[in-house]
Amino acid sequence: MNLLRYWVLVLFTLLAAYPFLPFAEANRGEQFTVLFVYAILALGLNVVLGYTGLLHLGIAAFFGIGAYTVGILTVPFFPFQQSFLVAALAATILSALVGVASTAPILRLRGDYLALVTLGFGLITLYAIRNLDAITEGTKGMNPIEAGPIPGVPESTDLSGLKLYSGWGVRWYKYPYLYFITLCVLGLIMLFLRNLERSRLGRAWVALREDELAASCMGLNPARLKLAAIAIGAGLAGLAGAFYAMSLRTTGNPQSYDFTLSMIMVCCVILGGLGNRNGVLLGVFLLMGFDRIITNILDNMIQEQIGTGGPTYQKVSGWKLMIFGLVLILMMRFRPEGLLPEARQKRELHPEEATGEASAKT
Amino acid sequence: MFEVFALTDAPIGDAPAGFGQFLLLGLVLGSLYALIALGYTMVYGIIELINFAHGDLFMLGSFWALQVATWVAVTTTSNNSTSAIIGTVLLMLLLTPICCAALNMAADRVIYKPLRHSPKLTVIVSAIGVSFIFINCGLFWKGATPVKFPDLVPDTNLLPNTGLTLTWKDAMVVGVTVPTMIALTLFVKFTPLGKAMRATAQNPTAAQLMGINVDRVIAATFAIGGALAGVASVIYGLYIKAVDYQMGFQNGLYAFTAAVLGGIGNIPGAVLGGLVIGVVGELGKAYLGSKWSEALIFAILIVILLFRPAGLLGARTREKV
Repeated sequence: MNLLRYWVLVLFTLLAAYPFLPFAEANRGEQFTVLFVYAILALGLNVVLGYTGLLHLGIAAFFGIGAYTVGILTVPFFPFQQSFLVAALAATILSALVGVASTAPILRLRGDYLALVTLGFGLITLYAIRNLDAITEGTKGMNPIEAGPIPGVPESTDLSGLKLYSGWGVRWYKYPYLYFITLCVLGLIMLFLRNLERSRLGRAWVALREDELAASCMGLNPARLKLAAIAIGAGLAGLAGAFYAMSLRTTGNPQSYDFTLSMIMVCCVILGGLGNRNGVLLGVFLLMGFDRIITNILDNMIQEQIGTGGPTYQKVSGWKLMIFGLVLILMMRFRPEGLLPEARQKRELHPEEATGEASAKT
Repeated sequence: MFEVFALTDAPIGDAPAGFGQFLLLGLVLGSLYALIALGYTMVYGIIELINFAHGDLFMLGSFWALQVATWVAVTTTSNNSTSAIIGTVLLMLLLTPICCAALNMAADRVIYKPLRHSPKLTVIVSAIGVSFIFINCGLFWKGATPVKFPDLVPDTNLLPNTGLTLTWKDAMVVGVTVPTMIALTLFVKFTPLGKAMRATAQNPTAAQLMGINVDRVIAATFAIGGALAGVASVIYGLYIKAVDYQMGFQNGLYAFTAAVLGGIGNIPGAVLGGLVIGVVGELGKAYLGSKWSEALIFAILIVILLFRPAGLLGARTREKV
């Protein structure tokens, strides 16, 4: 059996098994949870950018809206005190609605103008979050977010108190169920997208991406299709935001929802393979994994060697942007279709190979 | 992640501030945005690339200008003669644009040129990559904290007894940006290279068939755009008196917004867009508070694009199918 073909399944299995392994570390579990969250966000962006071909530069806004919806619905500061389930659902729906409402008036803009307006929308959302400190508590972030996974039961204790798997010798972190829930949700979203790609809607998006004029001549309604893409993409981003706030126990600084995040997500999607959900997953795990986990590990190793407080260029994190930049440039130069390209994109970017294959077959 | 010195953090002066004052300051800042916006719009006009690295080129330019001032050891007004100060400013204004132009041309030659026939998104992602590299270079060069820029131009008010404040600094901004923009307009209108640029922007293939060396024209465009960013960076440093490695982001964003507002690819449009952004930003700051002025800029942008989807002066550029 070729395990590489099923690497996504293998990966999910490994990740599900990870907490039970003897070398599992609590903070690694938290980092992985955030990684899953970013994967959900990137998959949401992929619906908009990859399937439908709309260059959206403000996906972080929906991420922020999701996180702050959960914040408002769960923190003790407000009287709502909803369970996490309700909050996450509300975050998804609200983000989707905001996505549709913010995109509907600008659908007639083309290409780069659309990109800029989405960028502007992202920034306005960020400024609003930062400035409405009566609601969002400004730069402090909303905390603590402690809604339990079960409706009506405020979460206060960790599962390790239940001795669920204390026999496994797990040094596990305080909120272990969140790791599994996020992983499950990510898996379900992958399945959902797999079916969505093959559905009437998914195929219509691809037609629209390839040639809007031709698609509309064939009876597709571009405006409605684009809105559907935004609704699903923004909804997923909102869901990701909900899990982000949940896993951090706070919405954090509003800067976590800024333009840089939108841009890095675009890079993840393109690096992995525009329009290919497995590729996007790989792209996120590589880029964000490097950003959040590998640099930390390497920095700690360096610190053990030479001590703390050295100049910036002695830390891997100081080189992060340089490495990101080089990777992006080299990828675009030599493999613009991404690591795991979608078949159509690959043909478009390497026309000579595709025609060669075609003639070989005949 | 990016906590930035925006241009709008400029000191307002001591006169009682009224509408006229904010308008004046807005026009001053706007002309600075316009200068950066020109670099975006010229590159976009020719190869349809949103050059995300442009703002960071501007940042590196200001670092370079700072370096020049340090080399000639003229960093304060106190113990230097007026001629030494003017000489230093002129030296910065000469060397920084050359450096930025060379860097921008190099980026084009090494990174964008091999991607000339690739899809748009590929080139944009490369530009984001270049932007990351520039930011990282800036971080290594001057560190993570803001650096003081030599305060060489006095803050004396040139319009006493009028209720308005126009300092030497403001005058310097206008005095450098306006002639530069006029020179650029004349250059694009009347020189052979300018004509070649317009031809290439209209239709690269046809331009090539007419014997225009398109690659050279594109390189020249990058050089001019880079030089304009260089000029802007010197002015910015002297005006704000502090530079840091992340400032390219927000200023680049404003300038890019200005370019799109005016109709991207359109040179008078970029100037108009820059002025609009400057004035809107300042008036927003005055009447809505500085917290909301940034949001106001982007809100205005969205509203204008809703009614004029190709920007204020963008009607003349036709969409390429």
